[in-house]
Amino acid sequence: MSSTEEFDVTIPSDTAKGREVQEQIVGGMESRGYSPRDVFGVRLALEEALVNAIKHGNKMDSGKVVRVQWQIDEVHVRVVIEDQGQGFTVEEVPDPTDDENLDKPGGRGIMLMRSFMSLVEYNESGNRLTLEKRTDDKNDDQAV
Amino acid sequence: MSAGHRRLDIEESGDVTIARFVDKKILDEGNIQIIGNQLFSLVEDDARTKIILDFSNVEYLSSAALGKLITMDKKVKAAKGKLRLCTVRPDIYEVFAITKLNKLFDMRDTLEQALEGM
Repeated sequence: MSSTEEFDVTIPSDTAKGREVQEQIVGGMESRGYSPRDVFGVRLALEEALVNAIKHGNKMDSGKVVRVQWQIDEVHVRVVIEDQGQGFTVEEVPDPTDDENLDKPGGRGIMLMRSFMSLVEYNESGNRLTLEKRTDDKNDDQAV
Repeated sequence: MSAGHRRLDIEESGDVTIARFVDKKILDEGNIQIIGNQLFSLVEDDARTKIILDFSNVEYLSSAALGKLITMDKKVKAAKGKLRLCTVRPDIYEVFAITKLNKLFDMRDTLEQALEGM
């Protein structure tokens, strides 16, 4: 039976610090033998999620922090990212693949997270995001 | 990393400019900003209109990088030029496919294919 490890880290609104946490989580996946494809997807999702929390959530405010909690074992990794911003309504984010949005530079982060993760869930106020990847999740057929 | 650090290797092939990304990971905000400026400068300062972006080194890229590529595509189209992307590895291609940007960009498997009919 695999043992689950838990972590709880609070970082300032600094994307370099976000990337350090990202490396820690991804490093944990690599040492547990997750596939390169899973590692790729989780790294990408974490990048988008942490940048969103720091830039759009906390608006780079040095007085605000981002809390990152995660659990990891051999078959799943679950990450909860909470910022101190005002939140947003995820349903109101326009679909970047609509024809009228296709050439707009922004708005693709959430879509990429959804595509690469097994679970992407915002709390009601939109300032706490839960991401989960399970190794038994066959999401290959969801792409495109 | 210094602000002026070169993030693209530029090569000429006839009247075609080949810009190869130096970085394996195009994630960092500051880095993406520099890459964007260096890309836009090819069109705006150097008036190059036939440009191939070679992704052979790139292992990761974020949606912020996609944003710069979209802006670059607009600038090249406004200059009545051609922009092609090539040697995008499968993981990265998937990122383009999920966001349907494979429809917006002219993407070719190899550099040779990208140079054809440019």
